Amino acid sequence: MLEIMEGSHAVAEIVKRCRPQVIAAYPITPQTHIVEALAQMVADCELDADYITVESEFSALSACLGASAAGSRVYSATTSQGLALMFEVCFNVAGLRQPIVMTIANRSLGAPLSIWNDQQDSISLRDSGWLQVYAEDNQEAVDLHMIAYRVCEDHDVLLPAFVCFDGYVLTHTYEPVSIPTQEEVDAYLPAFNPYQRLDASNPLSFGMYATPDYYMEFRYEIDQAQHRAKEVFAKAGREFAEQFERDYSAPVEGYRLEDADTAILAMGSICGTVKDAIDEMRDAGKKVGLLKIRMFRPFPADEIADALKGVSTVAVLDRNISLGSGGAVGTEVKAALSGSGTAVYDYIVALGGRDIRKKDIAEIVDLAEEGRGDMFYGLRTEVL
Amino acid sequence: MALRVGCAAPPGKALENKTGTWRVFKPVFDPETCNRCGICAQFCPEGCIRETDEGIFEPDLDYCKGCGICEEVCPKESIRMEKEEK
Amino acid sequence: MTGLPEGCDLFTPGHRACGGCGPALAARLLLKATGENVIVVNSTGCMEVFSTPYPETTWGVPWIHSLFENAAAVASGIEASLKKQGRSEKVVCICGDGATFDIGMLCISGAFERGHDITYVCYDNEAYMNTGIQRSGATPYAASTTTSPAGAFSPGNVRPKKDMPAILAAHGAPYVATASIAYPADFEKKVRRAINTPGPCYVQVHTPCCTGWGFESGETINMAKLAIETGLWVNYEMVNGVVEKAKKVKRKPVEEYLSRQKRFQHLFKPSHRDDLIAEIQKIADANAERFGTDIKPKEPIE
Repeated sequence: MLEIMEGSHAVAEIVKRCRPQVIAAYPITPQTHIVEALAQMVADCELDADYITVESEFSALSACLGASAAGSRVYSATTSQGLALMFEVCFNVAGLRQPIVMTIANRSLGAPLSIWNDQQDSISLRDSGWLQVYAEDNQEAVDLHMIAYRVCEDHDVLLPAFVCFDGYVLTHTYEPVSIPTQEEVDAYLPAFNPYQRLDASNPLSFGMYATPDYYMEFRYEIDQAQHRAKEVFAKAGREFAEQFERDYSAPVEGYRLEDADTAILAMGSICGTVKDAIDEMRDAGKKVGLLKIRMFRPFPADEIADALKGVSTVAVLDRNISLGSGGAVGTEVKAALSGSGTAVYDYIVALGGRDIRKKDIAEIVDLAEEGRGDMFYGLRTEVL
Repeated sequence: MALRVGCAAPPGKALENKTGTWRVFKPVFDPETCNRCGICAQFCPEGCIRETDEGIFEPDLDYCKGCGICEEVCPKESIRMEKEEK
Repeated sequence: MTGLPEGCDLFTPGHRACGGCGPALAARLLLKATGENVIVVNSTGCMEVFSTPYPETTWGVPWIHSLFENAAAVASGIEASLKKQGRSEKVVCICGDGATFDIGMLCISGAFERGHDITYVCYDNEAYMNTGIQRSGATPYAASTTTSPAGAFSPGNVRPKKDMPAILAAHGAPYVATASIAYPADFEKKVRRAINTPGPCYVQVHTPCCTGWGFESGETINMAKLAIETGLWVNYEMVNGVVEKAKKVKRKPVEEYLSRQKRFQHLFKPSHRDDLIAEIQKIADANAERFGTDIKPKEPIE
């Protein structure tokens, strides 16, 4: 049944149904509506969880780590500066293989301070070992949370995940969504069954230190778990599709890509705008398509190379910039397509909430086809 | 040996590390003057002083690092640190 | 029955602490007091490092090390989880003074302000020892460390010791205590009281470090005793913010403590620094005054 609700509330509703036992979260724009909604659910006994009003994001993720290690399913949400503050803990959580699911309400990083949307925050943690998925709309945001818990808690994975959706653009936007019922969620997502936990009846020491004789092998095993996650996600996505008739099993998804000469690659809510732009360009006779990236970690290099086989020009839209280098997605796509003969151009777009419209997408396609790329697109040259 | 997920390990393996090899000085316990108070065992940072069946105390030389705390705390001066011949 | 391998104490030998290590003794005594129904959160530092090089662990109880500064936050999460699961294990943090007084202030303040049912034990060896003896907020006045070295123009550390017990009592902690490995039974008693008092409780245990302070390994307990006997460390208890009990001593002059540690040797060589020693004596006198620890001479009977 479709209801119209704000993205943040939709996420809170699905998180409630995933039954986290402990929530530790710190408020930060534009995630606040999620954590406020959850607090109200706990206060009204709609959600049987312990809600810790921590004193910083650093403590939020640390508390989640403790609760997860003790055997509870947990939840947190953050963005931007808050995620940056959690940097150290993120690496720690992945190394300790705790299946924490955290919503990232994507927002730009300061300085300069900006509360508006881009994807710099989660992308900047791409080395951390966290799985990363990006939602195009609020329905996908809702559904990806359920799948994320399933995948993370799988004993073949045991990794944490960022479920990313764009701040304000999705978090504060009202869209029709279908929230699965509690029974449906319980059928899809079983109770948390930790691989191991802190337990006096079976004592273990967690988080020992590793000398050079062991460290590399621990890191290798996390990397292996990342790669296994792709298959586990695909299977979980197929089972989700059977139950709910929405299919997220593929790490990338083509839109009108089959006979495209030029492909646009994008991640997140911008894909909606891109699809509309493609429809207009197609109507005008241009053979252009979209390859939407849903899963950024693990990076689906093979799937991207495969999907773009027949394409001669690729325009990557990066809502982030690895300063001094290029867009993170573009850099990795270029590596995936290296040797293929496909021309790949990277466009840094829509940082810090700068709007991007269908005509911008069309202009970018033109630039790519002219062989002009690897640039910031849409700079206000008058203020430079 | 397969790595344990999450840098975790069950109890007991530290016992394989015989720290007695660190010693320069060795404690020599005199059973005649031992008054069975157990203070040496209470203060040993290794926890390697054990009560025998006779109720006196003796060090486990597999682990004793020869720090000398037991000699200092024994109220009967029943423990003497000696340079160990290796 | 926990299924520990035979002969396995809750804190076994085979750890890599220096011979004569104060914190190692504190860890043994802590687990004697808690028993096996405990979950230990240990910050990065000497204790964590000497007790858990993968795969050799010294701990016979569930134990977790996350980061340097977040033990109290991790413990908050564990406590919340156990509450939801209806489990009875006690949650105990054991962290050094660096992790507690300095880098961990954020997390410990938050945990205590929220009132979690945890016990936080700080093993205080008065500097960042694991990284090579650097100054912390717990380093006493005029102690020489590698980052507050005594020099031609410096007396060593110029700041007084941060009053961590008072800070946590001000957070509303129902029970706050200081202890010392010189009095193990007293330390164990205080730990037991802390774990059985609902709410966030704090025990700060003095654990002299032979390597960092510069004395022979066998002298560790003597140093701990002298700290108390000179009034530079006071063993006391605070219940709901009020000092209830403090250990009384027949006080010795501070020189008897200072002259036996290399970290204070600049007070004696090349010249006898009466001025600095007098400053330290004032600190001891103030402690005695504040906690009423001087044993008063008997009044003559009228």
